[in-house]
Amino acid sequence: MIVVRKLVKRFGLKSVLRGLDFTVQSGEFVAILGPNGAGKTTFLRILATLSKPSLGEVSIAGFALPAQAAAVRRRLGVVTHLPLLYGDLTAEENLRFYGRLYGLTALNQRIAEVLKLVGLYERRADLVRTFSRGMQQRLAIGRAVLHDPEVILFDEPHTGLDQDACSMLDNVLRQVAARGRTVVMTSHDLMRVSELASRFDVLSNGVIVASAQRAQLAPDQLLAFYRQAVQQNNPLNPSLEGEPQKEGNDLP
Amino acid sequence: MNFLRATFAVIAKDLAGELRSRELLSAMFVFALLVILIFNFALELDVKTRNTVTAGVLWVTFTFAGSLGLNRSLAIEKDRGCMDGLLLAPVDRSAIYFGKMFGNLVFMLLVEAIVLPIYSLLYNTDLFQIGFLGVVFLGSLGYVAVGTLLATMTVQTRTRDVLLPILLFPLTIPVLIASVKASMGFLQGLEIEAIRPWLNLLIVYDTVFIAVAFMVFDFVVEE
Repeated sequence: MIVVRKLVKRFGLKSVLRGLDFTVQSGEFVAILGPNGAGKTTFLRILATLSKPSLGEVSIAGFALPAQAAAVRRRLGVVTHLPLLYGDLTAEENLRFYGRLYGLTALNQRIAEVLKLVGLYERRADLVRTFSRGMQQRLAIGRAVLHDPEVILFDEPHTGLDQDACSMLDNVLRQVAARGRTVVMTSHDLMRVSELASRFDVLSNGVIVASAQRAQLAPDQLLAFYRQAVQQNNPLNPSLEGEPQKEGNDLP
Repeated sequence: MNFLRATFAVIAKDLAGELRSRELLSAMFVFALLVILIFNFALELDVKTRNTVTAGVLWVTFTFAGSLGLNRSLAIEKDRGCMDGLLLAPVDRSAIYFGKMFGNLVFMLLVEAIVLPIYSLLYNTDLFQIGFLGVVFLGSLGYVAVGTLLATMTVQTRTRDVLLPILLFPLTIPVLIASVKASMGFLQGLEIEAIRPWLNLLIVYDTVFIAVAFMVFDFVVEE
């Protein structure tokens, strides 16, 4: 479903991604872990067509980027730590707006389905600016799945959420994944990732340095797996600044 | 069809949001009213002065208020990451530009529709002439065509509030000169032949800058 070969991304003289290889099969739920500055968000922005590669090949659902970006966008849903929602519109109006941009038909029915999926149907007529951060993030997932995309990208969706909101978000994520969609997610929260993803990739210094299936790792081995992968790639910097937490909130 | 649907969706979204918050329109309107009053005290607008400075006063008011609206309109997209939401949609990106541009034009015309009668009442000047109103429309169109493009660029910077006027006012000098001259011509009752060159300049400016914005918007919204 997603094939990335020798991906390089430079900002001026600085290379953020340095020949990254990455493959995801249809229906997989892949978690990308890595310290701050590893290039996770840059990588996801390239997959999301919001940024162009400097070198290398990227294809999603058989369409090459950036040449066939419009075809990819139709098959892609993206959730970031920002909700991408308008505070002065209601939940329903926000989804209706995005539905029109995607050219969806039977929009009323689809909006109702999605609002029920994310547990916000009762609040559909409320302004988004009155929503809590967790509710906004659930609606952001609703926006991302509104057009029933084949691939969904999550960029640290738990950022800024309390434990209850994280749990509710996880339930929505599980429901989305259970529908057979391909999911790629970056996160700093190892405990949550370990319960959701089917595969863990570690991104460090702009390349994927390790990869493991969930079946290969016991839950308590994930942190050790992550630490080992990053330290091997950063022998001079074993401090692991910004490393994921085993559980709970993000590190500052 | 997709292009038009996306354009109208963006316009409808901007109007619905503004109808609810009224942040942008009220700021533009209050600012425009204050500028007119300040000019009144500064220039002592007696009957003789009024005939010569009305066009200039009005266009300075419109452009200052317009730059406020342009900044705010694009800041709404940037601050909550909504610009990324727009760019993720499978539509031609110039449809997003036209949606934002026409939304900004509606806001500017609404403020003008309120300011003109007030100016007319306060200073006893007849501004309701078809020719003059046509110039207001063409001038505003040129202003928001360039302004929307530049605001999309400057909104990505930390100094967006300062940067937009610095870039916008020099680029819109031709449209402002043509608008002031053509407006003055209509208000002073000059022959259409005397006004025609300024009208032609306005039409050419609008056409060229809308075409340029259509071609470069995709590059502007790239990282």
